[in-house]
Amino acid sequence: MARDLSPLFDPKGIVVAGASTHPGKFGFVALHNILANGYAGKVFATNTKGESVLGIDTLTSIDQLPDGEVDLAFVCTPAAANPDLLRAAAAKGVRAAFIASAGYGEAGDEGRRAEEDLVTLCDELGIAMAGPNGQGLISTPSSLCAQIVAPFPPAGRIGIASQSGNFVSSFLNYARLSGIGISRAVSAGNSAMLAVPDYLEFYAEDPETAVSLVYVESVPDGRAFFERLRAVAAKKPVVLVKGGATDAGRRAAASHTGALASDDAIFDGACRQAGVTRADTVEEAYEVAATFATQPLPKGNRTVVYTTAGGWGVVTADAISRTSLELLALPEDLLAEIDTKLPPRWSRNNPVDLAGSETRDTIPEVMEIVARHPSVDAMIFLGLGIQANQGRMEREGPFFPDHGLERIVGYHDRQDARFAEAAAEISARSDKPILTATELAVCDPENAGPAAVKESGKLCYASANRAVTSLDHLWRHARFRQARGLS
Amino acid sequence: MPTLSEAESKAVLAAHGVPILPERVVATADEAADAGTDMGFPVVAKLNGDAIAHKTERGLVRLGLADADALRAAAAAMLAMATPEDGAVGVLVAPMVSGNRELIAGLAHDEQFGMTVMLGVGGILAEAVADVTFRMVPIQRVDAAEMIDDLSTQKLFGPFRGEPAIDREAVIDVLVGLSAAAVADPSLVSADLNPLIVVDGRPVAVDALVERRVERSEGGV
Repeated sequence: MARDLSPLFDPKGIVVAGASTHPGKFGFVALHNILANGYAGKVFATNTKGESVLGIDTLTSIDQLPDGEVDLAFVCTPAAANPDLLRAAAAKGVRAAFIASAGYGEAGDEGRRAEEDLVTLCDELGIAMAGPNGQGLISTPSSLCAQIVAPFPPAGRIGIASQSGNFVSSFLNYARLSGIGISRAVSAGNSAMLAVPDYLEFYAEDPETAVSLVYVESVPDGRAFFERLRAVAAKKPVVLVKGGATDAGRRAAASHTGALASDDAIFDGACRQAGVTRADTVEEAYEVAATFATQPLPKGNRTVVYTTAGGWGVVTADAISRTSLELLALPEDLLAEIDTKLPPRWSRNNPVDLAGSETRDTIPEVMEIVARHPSVDAMIFLGLGIQANQGRMEREGPFFPDHGLERIVGYHDRQDARFAEAAAEISARSDKPILTATELAVCDPENAGPAAVKESGKLCYASANRAVTSLDHLWRHARFRQARGLS
Repeated sequence: MPTLSEAESKAVLAAHGVPILPERVVATADEAADAGTDMGFPVVAKLNGDAIAHKTERGLVRLGLADADALRAAAAAMLAMATPEDGAVGVLVAPMVSGNRELIAGLAHDEQFGMTVMLGVGGILAEAVADVTFRMVPIQRVDAAEMIDDLSTQKLFGPFRGEPAIDREAVIDVLVGLSAAAVADPSLVSADLNPLIVVDGRPVAVDALVERRVERSEGGV
């Protein structure tokens, strides 16, 4: 049974303990970020001098809080002050705390003892305690940005739990760039009471979250960790990226098996056994999570590359050949149906290369024909934005808007936007993933093509091989579920 | 950590469905010759005993013995090479099998993950190639099937140099058997099936080494 973390992520009121008038202090930044991002609940703050901070008249003591109006304390006070503070907070109805204060387990034996005492105390008080020594949490359903770092991401369906606060920020930056948003995110800090599996178990039951995204460095009890993650991944996908080497486990040296057992090989096997999707890099992890959040799971691995120009299709086919995906050999009936829409110069195989033979409606029409064919499980769409790119040159050139340029530039933009929308609509109608890739997603995100992909709520992949990597992960997870009869 | 003799190691694992060649352990060179005659030549002979772990390095493995005389001579020579540290020894006689492909499988205990089961590409380059995959014990058949898929050298599992494709179900039997052996006996700390020679598409353990914790309770084999 997952621990109820709703007071942490959806509090009805918050107190920032240790608010500061100095804009360089965590106690200022935390209050600023809560107030600046639209949190609708009541916000209180404490400050030993009772100064006004960001328009809030601070309390000199938690005892001055009204009863029952606050259930989350965001704690920036020195470690030594925290036990009394938490007792007083619990008396006022606080049920969750994020401890940003340092000076605990990361700070030697004394800090370790203080951390153990803090856990015992929070257990007694019935407080769900995140941290200590963490950067905070965000929760877009509550417009809550209770963290000492930026940014506040767009709302979405990805739930993040990280042993590094800085990687929370990295993921949030990707969310802001791509538009694929976040439901909840938490920097686990020292994980004294609540650790990564606790957050994931909450996300597994959380209707706002479709997929979990995890960064870990150390997993002291690997077996218990993965037994919990297996139960989570059976409900919703979990994408994990791991930093650093684990402690070198001592294994029986007399055996060849032991000699071959690297920590990473065992960790990797545990991920596979638990149905956890392991990504190689932070960027890949974000993109895979974004793909889980925005695309249906493929039912098979037969993939069609759909492109308006040759070279892209070739390298994408190469990338597919290095994965668990299959480049579908187009069946005769599909070839024949495409023939009715295209002149004879099209590729007549997969990649489906339209070879510049499109008329106004060709791209969406043929995409629909391919997507609805029963032997096709997924598509990768390349070449979006070419027309709008030329449109930009014409718009910025010396002849605009004359010579018919204004009209044609508008047409180019509308066409590329339409293709992006078609990919989203056809994916929804066919219940098959269609991933759109173009480097314009990062090189010129204002281009009407990638801009429309973002508007449609999908990730526009910065390269075809990155789309292939994400789709490969989706298929591997779908296959894991199929093999175990998981829906 | 005490190791079990090859014969006892094989018996522990065979009890859980790991495919092991029929073999006999005998006390004398003449009995070895009789055993070889019963099972048919060529055969392999090895010195067998609890304390003998690295037989190959000591010249205690004789392959491809073609007849009773050759077997008798090899058995006598190996028995003569036994040292007092080897404890009680005998001669293990087994049919000589051959195949172009070798796998390795085993069990290894890890501090963070507990007992794990491994499958890898075997042979003399096994440790250099390190094409291996692990799971936490216990595993289900579906996990074992996915372990096969994990290996990079997939071509090894198809038809190969005139030999048929590897019987995946038989490999799964090996892995599930190792897992079951570890569950049944928590004192196991490691096991090696090295090599698992692929004979007519089926993996056969021609050597086995099982290690147990000292403080194991009596019983088992």
